[in-house]
Amino acid sequence: MKKLIYLDNAATTKTAPEVVEAMLPYFVENFGNPSSVYSFAAKNKEALTMQREIIAEALGAKANEIYFTAGGSESDNWALKATAEAYKEKGNHIITTKIEHHAILHTGEYLEKQGFEVTYLDVDKNGVVKLDDLKAAIRPTTILISVMFANNEIGTIQPIQEIGEIAKEHHILFHTDAVQAFGQVPINVDECHIDMLSASGHKLNGPKGIGFLYIRKGVKIRSFVHGGGQERKRRAGTENVPGIVGMGAATTRAVETMKERTAKEAELRDYLIGRVLNEIPYTKLNGHPEKRLPNNANFSFRFIEGESLLIMLDMKGICASSGSACTSGSLDPSHVLLAIGLPHEIAHGSLRLTLSEETTKEDIDYVVECLKEIVSNLRNMSPLYEDFLKKNEK
Amino acid sequence: MYTEKVMDHFQNPRNMGEIENASGVGTVGNAKCGDIMRIYLDIDENRVIRDVKFKTFGCGAAVATSSMATELVKGKTVYEALKVTNSAVMEALDGLPPVKVHCSLLAEEAIHAALWDYAEKHGIEIEGLEKPKSDIHEDEEEESEEY
Repeated sequence: MKKLIYLDNAATTKTAPEVVEAMLPYFVENFGNPSSVYSFAAKNKEALTMQREIIAEALGAKANEIYFTAGGSESDNWALKATAEAYKEKGNHIITTKIEHHAILHTGEYLEKQGFEVTYLDVDKNGVVKLDDLKAAIRPTTILISVMFANNEIGTIQPIQEIGEIAKEHHILFHTDAVQAFGQVPINVDECHIDMLSASGHKLNGPKGIGFLYIRKGVKIRSFVHGGGQERKRRAGTENVPGIVGMGAATTRAVETMKERTAKEAELRDYLIGRVLNEIPYTKLNGHPEKRLPNNANFSFRFIEGESLLIMLDMKGICASSGSACTSGSLDPSHVLLAIGLPHEIAHGSLRLTLSEETTKEDIDYVVECLKEIVSNLRNMSPLYEDFLKKNEK
Repeated sequence: MYTEKVMDHFQNPRNMGEIENASGVGTVGNAKCGDIMRIYLDIDENRVIRDVKFKTFGCGAAVATSSMATELVKGKTVYEALKVTNSAVMEALDGLPPVKVHCSLLAEEAIHAALWDYAEKHGIEIEGLEKPKSDIHEDEEEESEEY
């Protein structure tokens, strides 16, 4: 098989073998429905409780505050829509940011059609929410602030604790989409005053199709899926037992390895960033230089276009992404890159590389060598580069 | 996503480069949408396209359609080149994904823009050739941020 270097871990991760191992008994042997009375199935209920405890502990929360969902998008939808519905007597205003995942942005647009008002905060050039803007956006009718913990494209980590304090001070609920951050950075829901938090299994070497929403006790949001009494009657449907067990196993693994794993990733990330910025001219790092996810590097190469770059990298066995994978069907450059102030043509030339614990220095060296060659070839083909060189000659 | 022919023309683009003192040059598209194509034509006294080169900023399909368009017009008269349509370019590439059809239109436009430039420079009229809409003139280009 040809060489495969997977640097798209923000899109999804490899399910860890020990996670699969933990899940396997829940397909064939322990297939029982956790809601059944007989002891054969009831032990599956215990398995679910155990996973809830593992995840709660990772967040400094209580087990009965963890609600399993089908993933990050469902959790985001639930948090926004159900809060809007439950608190509409108090107000109709929601504050979020321009750099959220589409699961938040499109839900916000949907709520606007239902008569809610949504403020989408600008970010600075590093992709950080401006706290003064946030304070200024608060109205007496504001019922929810939703700011992502860390950005999926540029990796910038938000000042979540400060945002949580502002929300608390104004008695406004605070939701954070932590899909990229959970398992990568330590999170404590009490310290950060988080009322709701979304996370997804497949971003931390867990299975796809499973996630959770943390809902602080006392937050009165209602059922999203109506039916049976699962998940404290807030999310009906027979539980995805293998998925939940996988989510728990992935969380255990992520918590245990976090310090060592992220330190190694951050070191390689910085090595990658250093080499690319030093060795490829007219290149810019997107996102905050320090406050960024340990595995995220995002570059803009001037005069070239991202898709060409991705196809060329693919030919070399390198999996990467240009902006968010979810955006690839559209022709517009990423909303996140535009929000940090990149002109369109530079936003089009962006590349996201997201490392894993399996990434080696040799991989990075190979990727940098390939990048140098590909970027140079594409620039030689680019009329923008030709114009730039001619302008400089004058 | 792309046909073998598109991939071939993307990876091994034909006629990529510049022509100094070209008979006609056309640049179309805009960086905002992520596609810019420039076509250089070298046309002899019999109005035959002796040589053609292209430069493209854009996706795989943009590069492949430029490359194919240059192959389709090379050796043709300007009148024949004018009849090379976007569908001919697409057909020659065994098709494009629906979201990339605009790339083939851009390739057709780039050829037209270069022919227009040739006609203007030489004070001739080519029947059926209209002034291209999205032609970019150098002075209209936006200043891009330096870093």
